Amino acid sequence: MNRLRFWFLLPAWVWIVFLFIAPLVIVCAYSLLTRGTYGGVELPWTLESYARILDPLYGAILLRSIAIAASATALCLVLAFPLALFISRSKRHKNLYLHLVILPFWTSFLVRTYAWLFLLRDTGLFNTVLTGTGVIRAPLSLLYNDAAVLIGLVYGFLPFMVLPLFATLERMDPSLLEAAADLGARPWAAFFRVIVPLSKAGIWAGTVLVFVPCLGAYLTPDLLGGGKAVMVGNLVQNQFTTARDWPFGSAISITLMLLATMALALFNWRAPKEML
Amino acid sequence: MHPSLELRNLLKHYPGHPAVNGISLSIPKGGLFSLLGPSGCGKTTTLRLIAGFEEPASGEVWLNGELVNGRPPYARNVSTVFQSYALFPHLTAGANVEFGLRERGIAQRDKRVRAALELVELASKEARYPAQLSGGERQRVALARSLVLEPEVLLLDEPLAALDPKLRKQMRVELKDLQRRVGITFLFVTHDQEEALSMSDAIAVMNQGSIDQVGTPEEVYLRPATRSVAGFLGAVNWIDGIGLRPEVTRISRSTPTNGYTGRAATVVRTVFLGNCIQILARLETGEDAVAEVSRADGDYRPGEAVQVWWNQSDEMHFR
Amino acid sequence: MSPSLAARNNQAAGTGRGLGVYAALAYAFLHLPLVTLIVFSFNASRFTLWEGFSLRWYRAVFTDPEMADAAWTSVVVAIVSTAISTIVGTLAAYALWKRRSRLLSGSLYLSLVTPEIVTGVSLLALFQWAFRWLNWQLGLYTVILAHVSFSIAYVAIVVSARLRTLDPALEEAAMDLGATEWRAFLRVTLPSLMPGIVAAALLALTISFDDYVITSLVAGVDSTTLPMVIYAMARRGANPSINAISTLIVVIFGAIILISERMRET
Repeated sequence: MNRLRFWFLLPAWVWIVFLFIAPLVIVCAYSLLTRGTYGGVELPWTLESYARILDPLYGAILLRSIAIAASATALCLVLAFPLALFISRSKRHKNLYLHLVILPFWTSFLVRTYAWLFLLRDTGLFNTVLTGTGVIRAPLSLLYNDAAVLIGLVYGFLPFMVLPLFATLERMDPSLLEAAADLGARPWAAFFRVIVPLSKAGIWAGTVLVFVPCLGAYLTPDLLGGGKAVMVGNLVQNQFTTARDWPFGSAISITLMLLATMALALFNWRAPKEML
Repeated sequence: MHPSLELRNLLKHYPGHPAVNGISLSIPKGGLFSLLGPSGCGKTTTLRLIAGFEEPASGEVWLNGELVNGRPPYARNVSTVFQSYALFPHLTAGANVEFGLRERGIAQRDKRVRAALELVELASKEARYPAQLSGGERQRVALARSLVLEPEVLLLDEPLAALDPKLRKQMRVELKDLQRRVGITFLFVTHDQEEALSMSDAIAVMNQGSIDQVGTPEEVYLRPATRSVAGFLGAVNWIDGIGLRPEVTRISRSTPTNGYTGRAATVVRTVFLGNCIQILARLETGEDAVAEVSRADGDYRPGEAVQVWWNQSDEMHFR
Repeated sequence: MSPSLAARNNQAAGTGRGLGVYAALAYAFLHLPLVTLIVFSFNASRFTLWEGFSLRWYRAVFTDPEMADAAWTSVVVAIVSTAISTIVGTLAAYALWKRRSRLLSGSLYLSLVTPEIVTGVSLLALFQWAFRWLNWQLGLYTVILAHVSFSIAYVAIVVSARLRTLDPALEEAAMDLGATEWRAFLRVTLPSLMPGIVAAALLALTISFDDYVITSLVAGVDSTTLPMVIYAMARRGANPSINAISTLIVVIFGAIILISERMRET
């Protein structure tokens, strides 16, 4: 096997070294360099870019991103749990219900985000229906604010929460719930004392799977948040394009990367083994 | 005094077939009562109807003189020991036992948890998680978890099935002993007739959703009401429509003295079983009879002509 | 019906109705935005008021040369990058199944959780750095390299999941019957892995075809993809032409997924 294994792994290692590790090393180096006069980077080495992240202006964006990502994750958890419970308890059409959750995931993320742009804009369906029925006189500005970003993120990542929750619920021994009822637990008590603690692995997995991409989101805040609702992802993109401050953009990227790595470590530590 | 548990014309259908076909049963307080029958006879369904996991299509469940139909499981004073034990894997042994006490809002739970674990001799393992316990220990935690609630009836669904054979035999004695000490009514579901005979104060033999006979172990074994009950509780030789247990069937070379009934037969084969010898003989009518004799009396060759005989009082008669 | 299943149904009867209503609402939330999007792609009006059935937005899409160019670029990128990443990812998953390598699988997972924007700017930084010595510039090949780069991990994960259901004794049996390792892989493992590989390739294809964030950073002037065109239009506000092209994307990919599901069942 050893020779075969070598040839099988070679392309993957080439990929890892040249297209994953090397770019990160370069970004790491850039983050410690000084901004060049005409963009790009130059010596000397400095930690200034990292210090700038703590600048109130940029620190606020980081905190905002964490707050939005956390809210989106919490919303996903609350919305996904009953749905996962419903699917795991259905008998005849379980596969259909599951596919109905996965299906939007297979269609373009860009299209799904655009769909909300289409629904929420001033002349969008919500405003047209509301003004048409006379509920409101002037259209509401539903787009280009934090709420729109939150809706977009929840819509985009809900399946990532439903699937791990479903996986843990599906494996749960139904006699445990009977035992809880038998010992006097009402449905809500059984939910919080038995179902939720036993779904911990799925909750952790879903939380990481939703929180990490939400934290680094670029497309959703850009399209649905407009210029106003800036998140870390937009900040990075801006530093590498318009602002041409590569060291600062790199420093934020490395920070994001560290947060993602911590989340992965958490996932490794808590998620059900069979999901790895 | 009310019976602990009374079932009246209990009926439950599953798509296509009746699982429990109108059974009635009255179980007095404080004994160990068994529901015995082959798998699929409806005994587990009966247990689940009593526990409230399922509702009957018709019929009534009375607990200590109270009609409990329609009440959810958490509002019935019965408790189940599941075949898989269904211990909560995220809780320690102690917390599993405490679970029901807390749901009922009972104060001073620690003392009762401790007492219940001592009852099953597991006080030292209170802080262990189910995964850290052996099969036998898990079963005792399941027992303690139910007993601590002092239910009117304790329902046990094949509780010994998951144990290895040696431990199973030991647990029979311990379960019976435990029931004596706590005085709670045990309703025990099993498909193992030896288990039911050795442990029960009374047995209800079930078959195809109905109860064929209720009686003490001696009654159902020695005077079974139907052929199927006789057959399910042990091996039977059928001779001229009369049933005979192998251990009361005798074999000898000479005709027995008067008072006994006998038939001429030919030995087909003998099997050494350790504690006895089993002899298969074919009667002149073509019927086979099995006799279990002591090792000293078992020296027969295949083809040998013998007499098969028995004591008339050992005959089992059926309509 | 088994007793435990029956019990679940019974328990579900009480809380089940509430759950059912909730599930209906949740599915509406998941699907109605896309359905609305599709319906209004056939609207004669530019506004979200139904004025009658029309194909004018589809005509607009098909007669737009920029759109056609971008679609062609996207198809080329998606097919080439899917082919490469499927092969590399499958071989890696198989080798890791034979013997674990914490370093490699750790890198795989890390690349999966890396935010898209970080992947994009780091690849951009790499390419720009390499261009100091090579007289090249961003173009179609940088886009393809980037797409291969983020697809491999997805392929490896999906194929690994399939491998976990495989009995290692099958290959041992093949070798016992005289097959070399390579022949055993080819004749025994690869055929039973096929459904997983197809699923992985489809995933890579959809992700590649859909990607905007990374592509926009590493694309050159001659390598504008369809998502980049859609995105540029969407940033200027909603436009029924986007509805039309979105509908085409959803329908075509929906059909591909459905057909592959059918093929897997038979």
